[in-house]
Amino acid sequence: MTELQAEKPRIGVFVCHCGINIGGVVNVPQVVKYAQTLPDVAYAEGNIYTCSAEGIDSIKKAIREHNLNRVVVASCTPRTHEPLFRGACVDAGVNPYLFELANIREQCSWVHMREPEKATDKAKDIVRMAAARASFLMPQEESEVPVDATALVIGGGISGITSALCLANQGFKVYLVEKEPELGGMLKKIYKLYPTDEDASKVLQASAEAVMSHKNIAVLTSAIIKAVDGYIGNFEVTALKNGQEHKFKAGTVIIATGAVEFRPTNMYGYDKYDRVLTQVDLEQVLRSGKPAMDKFFKPQTVAMIQCVGAREEKPPRSYCSRLCCMVAVKNAMLLKEWYPDSEVYIIYQDMQTYGKDYEEHHRKAREAGIKFINYTKENPPEVAHLPHDKLRLTVYHALLGEKRELNCDLVVLSTPLVQQESAKELSKILKVPLGQDEFFLEAHVKLRPVDFATDGIFVCGTAHGPKDIGEAISQAYAVSSRAGVPMANKKVRTEAITAVVDRERCIGCRMCENLCPYGAHRVEDGKSTVIEALCKGCGVCAAACMRRAISMRHFTDDQIMAEIKTAFMMETPNLSVTSSLEGGK
Amino acid sequence: MSEKPTVLVIGGGIAGIQASLDLAERGFQVYVLEETPTIGGRMAQLDKTFPTMDCSICILAPKMMECFRHPNIKLLTYSELKEVKGSVGNFRVKILQKPRYVDGTKCTGCGVCAEHCPVEVPNEFDMELGIRKAIYMPMPQAVPRCMTVDKENCIECKLCTKMCRAGAVDFEQQPKDIDLKVGAIIIATGFNQYDPSEIVEYGYKKSRNVLTALEFERWVCASGPVAGHLLRPADGGIPKRIAFIQCVGSRSSKFGAPFCSSVCCMYATKEALIIREHAPDVEVHIFYNELRAFGKGFQEFVNRARTEYGVNYVRSRPGEIKENPATKSLTIWYDDTLTREIKSLTDVDLVVLCPALLPRDSNRKLAGIMGVELDECGFFKVVHPLLAPVDTTAPGIYVCGYCQSPKDIPDSVAQASAAAARAAEALTLVQVQRKG
Repeated sequence: MTELQAEKPRIGVFVCHCGINIGGVVNVPQVVKYAQTLPDVAYAEGNIYTCSAEGIDSIKKAIREHNLNRVVVASCTPRTHEPLFRGACVDAGVNPYLFELANIREQCSWVHMREPEKATDKAKDIVRMAAARASFLMPQEESEVPVDATALVIGGGISGITSALCLANQGFKVYLVEKEPELGGMLKKIYKLYPTDEDASKVLQASAEAVMSHKNIAVLTSAIIKAVDGYIGNFEVTALKNGQEHKFKAGTVIIATGAVEFRPTNMYGYDKYDRVLTQVDLEQVLRSGKPAMDKFFKPQTVAMIQCVGAREEKPPRSYCSRLCCMVAVKNAMLLKEWYPDSEVYIIYQDMQTYGKDYEEHHRKAREAGIKFINYTKENPPEVAHLPHDKLRLTVYHALLGEKRELNCDLVVLSTPLVQQESAKELSKILKVPLGQDEFFLEAHVKLRPVDFATDGIFVCGTAHGPKDIGEAISQAYAVSSRAGVPMANKKVRTEAITAVVDRERCIGCRMCENLCPYGAHRVEDGKSTVIEALCKGCGVCAAACMRRAISMRHFTDDQIMAEIKTAFMMETPNLSVTSSLEGGK
Repeated sequence: MSEKPTVLVIGGGIAGIQASLDLAERGFQVYVLEETPTIGGRMAQLDKTFPTMDCSICILAPKMMECFRHPNIKLLTYSELKEVKGSVGNFRVKILQKPRYVDGTKCTGCGVCAEHCPVEVPNEFDMELGIRKAIYMPMPQAVPRCMTVDKENCIECKLCTKMCRAGAVDFEQQPKDIDLKVGAIIIATGFNQYDPSEIVEYGYKKSRNVLTALEFERWVCASGPVAGHLLRPADGGIPKRIAFIQCVGSRSSKFGAPFCSSVCCMYATKEALIIREHAPDVEVHIFYNELRAFGKGFQEFVNRARTEYGVNYVRSRPGEIKENPATKSLTIWYDDTLTREIKSLTDVDLVVLCPALLPRDSNRKLAGIMGVELDECGFFKVVHPLLAPVDTTAPGIYVCGYCQSPKDIPDSVAQASAAAARAAEALTLVQVQRKG
């Protein structure tokens, strides 16, 4: 029990005119007068603008002069103004959680502009509800947890390498864990990069060497992540290398595990004919150089088929893989350069050469004589085998409205990037979700593209979805900023409004653990515990708990019931619904 | 002495906001330079965002407020960059803050002054479809919440001074010179919409029922000029058939720009869904060239628009939009590229043109001041498109968002964080060198 509970609530109510926004409709002096009659209200006044410097001073003065211990402002939306008013309370020595905002603008004067009397009545109702809730408010504290300034980067492809370097250059210690014996990931399999036409191996080599020699980076190759316990700032990591366990602590975790090329089994004769390759297969051939390729064969007619196994009706591969059109354009131009007499066709649905550089490349490819044939999903091409390693490709050219037959000596299938096999396991270890496309699912598609809902864990590169090298590197830098924030501060603030578990009532059914979007509930020894550093106070667990063992700080049943009961003018709130929560921490 | 590392962010749109918040959160001092009276940028003008159909301002406004409240962020709105000297770790910047003629410390943004102001001006925020007053706030969620007097249109009747109960209007205000020392600079100036009136066949600005996509965003937005009612602009009638034209001045060697703006296929799909949600009986046709739905969840979004919402996608090259002078309805003549026939769609109530999104003209001036290079299209050039996607040609100056190359909101946000990381990296190295 805090001292405050012993103290009788003394509420101050401040009703804002907001110029004429509220005052022009609601009779503010009447609302003030009414507020003065409410239980526990010790003081009430009206202000032209409660949010102005004058209004804020007035709140502080009233707190001191009338010995107020709770404050209600009846004005506008908490979204914009609550922090300001809470600040005023803090300045005058009142805990910020003893403040309550009654919205009589958006929820009253603005929507009842033509009914001033009814609006005034409604404003009174809103103020009465806020005051009733305020009587039950308890002080809350935000606390801090320390953050280890060490990052774990999982995956040593170009994304993982880039983010490791960027973090290390910011002064953080980095563990880079790669499952293969060497760093490099997908880049190891690729010949040239678009749009700069550089050797992938050169690009990779420079970055990989920088990682290996950086004093802040420890590289663990041929290693996998076995377990990650703990939470932001305090992860306990177990990596497995050569059957040996390596344990270390990390403050943040970055998933940069990449993606793999979809293998088009049973499609276009891929497993039957030698001369049907995927784009990555072709890259391997190209990597060996032109002389080696000459010995293999000199292609005369090459066809590349786009969207093989992508943009399907149903998930998981219903997505567009984003980079395959550019990969095809790049490799088509390369073949054309090596074998100027050859015919190279790209058989596509929609060329995804978005943006500036790619559109330019697309145009250059057309100028270079690459031939583009448009097909529709309803009329996909067919590949049949002919003698002497030849392939017959039949396709209905949708734009010309005619059937075309090509005798090819090479057919290249552009297949999408798909998630790694191991991702499911990793998603379980880290308790972060995968989407229906099986890629890691970020916290918010629009505004938090590299964060997870669970704090301290981030994703970049193709583990998040198909993207090209430049985009993957951009994201790798992005996670280095996002993960850098808590590590630079060496601490994170926790929410004051968190879930509290009544251990007596909890039966360890794991409902809360399964439902919590932030991974804040952990059931151990048959009881749920809340990791306050992760809890966002959303209340999902409290609503779902069948034993009613979970309460939310600052949104207790008492507080909410007090508001509801007074809304319907039921005399005193019935305290028999009281929750197990006794207020402050 | 360990001075707080300081960064100047140019542009207060979503990219600038994200970069600023990342840096401020880690303890850097950030100045945000914004030329208009409010931060928020283009995202603030959008009705909804694809593919989640989130209300755009609803997810943006909290971030705008966070910038405003952050102890490490100082907003320099209604300001211009005048001069940049020095190099990474030590840039000396001169900024001119234009007078608002309203005292920001007193104004509460209540808007009473604007209610009494007798001068009506087309509202830039609503793409000039609606009106504002000569004393105004561009939008209800403006940050900072402070009115601005548009001196060009003000008739100095001083009614606002009289009506303001906070005593905030101040016609004596002067332009203010601000000198800053910053360690790094992040450029995030966003885009402008191509004006399609030079493509005379489409009748933009001639036929009132032809709007651009940004105009349409404001037109259907609940806080827009017609409170979000789906109406024909020419006469306020109820539309039955609406069409979108893709690639207006983009991917073009003749008009606008050679590049693909990257977002139009998706926002047209989103706007089509908005229409079908507003009024399920309105037909929607999208005339496209190549459907580009390459982002996460985008193809699925298009599939949904097709199957669940019945949006009609027409692979075509539209040639001409003709207005019936009597009814103001439109006929679209197009080349159906799948059947190779010239066809027409008649009785179209509203045509939305999806124009190229261009880098801002002011980039040239900014680039000159900062000594960074632009590419041939006017985007800020990066040192290496793959390995250094946010490093401009000047060390210590970074770039993010659409002004680097066409991209959508999530890619802009990721790139903004990337620019923040590069700035943090550079300033960490500078500090280490100074100590060493």
